[in-house]
Amino acid sequence: MDYEPVIGLEVHVQLATASKLFCGCPAAFGASPNSQTCPVCLGLPGTLPVLNQRAFEWGVKVALAFDCQLACVMKFDRKHYFYPDLPKGFQISQYDQPLSQHGHLDIALGPSTKRIGITRIHMEEDAGKLLHDPVQPASYVDFNRAGVPLLEIVSDPDVRSPEEAYQYLLDLKAVLGYLKVSTCNMEEGSLRCDANISLRQVGTTAFGAKIEIKNLNSFKAVKAALDHEVHRQTSLLQQGGTLAQQTRLWDAKAEATELMRTKEEASDYRYFPEPDLVPFVIDQALVERIRRELPELPAQRCARLAKAYGVSPYDAQVLTQHPSLAELFEGALRLYPHPKPVANWVMGEFLGYLNANGKEPDEVQLRPEWLAHLLEAIDKGTISGTMAKELFVDVLAHQRDPNVLIEERGLRQIVDEAALNQLAEAVIAGHPESVKDYQKGKANALMYLVGQCMRHSDGKANPRQVTEVLKKKLETA
Amino acid sequence: MAVVNQQEVEQVAFLARLALAEAEAAKLASQLDQILQYVQQLQAIPTDEVKPTSHVLALSNITRPDQRQPCVPPEDVLRLAPERHNQFFKVPKIIE
Repeated sequence: MDYEPVIGLEVHVQLATASKLFCGCPAAFGASPNSQTCPVCLGLPGTLPVLNQRAFEWGVKVALAFDCQLACVMKFDRKHYFYPDLPKGFQISQYDQPLSQHGHLDIALGPSTKRIGITRIHMEEDAGKLLHDPVQPASYVDFNRAGVPLLEIVSDPDVRSPEEAYQYLLDLKAVLGYLKVSTCNMEEGSLRCDANISLRQVGTTAFGAKIEIKNLNSFKAVKAALDHEVHRQTSLLQQGGTLAQQTRLWDAKAEATELMRTKEEASDYRYFPEPDLVPFVIDQALVERIRRELPELPAQRCARLAKAYGVSPYDAQVLTQHPSLAELFEGALRLYPHPKPVANWVMGEFLGYLNANGKEPDEVQLRPEWLAHLLEAIDKGTISGTMAKELFVDVLAHQRDPNVLIEERGLRQIVDEAALNQLAEAVIAGHPESVKDYQKGKANALMYLVGQCMRHSDGKANPRQVTEVLKKKLETA
Repeated sequence: MAVVNQQEVEQVAFLARLALAEAEAAKLASQLDQILQYVQQLQAIPTDEVKPTSHVLALSNITRPDQRQPCVPPEDVLRLAPERHNQFFKVPKIIE
């Protein structure tokens, strides 16, 4: 019997506001433990939460970017559960009147796209952070994160494979990156993902028992965990077993999921309206103002790059995955109007450097003019292609203009005829044996003489030009 | 007819992490049921035409600008901790 996976994804994204969702504590990552708290986010009696206007507007912005229908009136609810990271014993979230519903994201699948529905995007506050002692039966709580604004983005169960899930996350992150509302850093937890997966017989429409997977620390982990679940559930079903709704934890080392708990029903959270927060009317004027402020989004930019510069759909997609890549590409093109080499350098050398160093595109500065200067220097023959690749790494590592590095290090290739003639003559005079060998027809002798020229010029002579000059001199000698 | 039974009381007690003896659960179920029966008189009021209300004040859209305010010094916050470890609250290890 054939089974198909039915996958839904829940993404939590922290908004990079200056202050928390309901109080004025900083929302920044990395402060010393429990240094960014106050009576509101600690849930002390008698305090009153007040919504952060920017978080509210950014929520609307994200909802619009995913074509969601915004609520006319949204409200907040208390979601109750006991866990030491939750100071109040409940989380302020949204239940039946969320910010927005019924959106979608078109994900790139090869040359075509697939529309993944977005069930809802709602606002909520983050919980604190727990560290578990590896030895003692103790956990340590840092409440700096408690109250940091989150958007929860819930997809429809439209995803049909681990690969689609991976692409959905990439494209979702790209949109959030363009909106500049979050750092989207999975290591720092500003982007987190849970996945739901069930299997059903191909051709049927009912859903199977839903398994929720937690502890997914990277997009690759999401894909690996879903791959694992597809195999685990398929073999279980094929052996005549049944699946029950449960939550499982991904263990990246073991490359397997393990049972965490059988899932509580939604009603166990005892949601009820948050009495300390008034309702929020999302009026048309606000929505239209924010809609006008929306930047060009990845899908639009991708289509435009392909059309305007004739880059391939695949290249356009890679270049638009992160706003700073696209900005680099277009910025360099304004100074050096040759799309193909610019695209190749951005996608080959620059992305290669980022991958090798585990960095995001906005974590390493590459000014468009630096790339343009480098490509111009190759075209002019100032430096060779090989030198350019080496120099490029130094441009990134030292954050310097390649033209400055070329001058400072005297990397400029010797292209001047007179200088090359002089160099060739000196080498010929110094190696009469090799000259004789060459005249006897030994091709290797020429290579040796070229090598000597390179050595005497500290590698600055252009080997192709040196070869020509040497040949001419040896033939007329 | 009973509005709430002992099983539901035990379930809520579990969610609230309250340890109830069986006799207590039975007693509370009966008392809660009486209270809820009394409140249930409200069900007789026709509300089909009334919009659900989540808040009784005639207020909406109360927000604050995204500005930072001073925090409570960690030393003062940690005084509230039942136990502390360096600058952390220390709690019994709970793995969900």
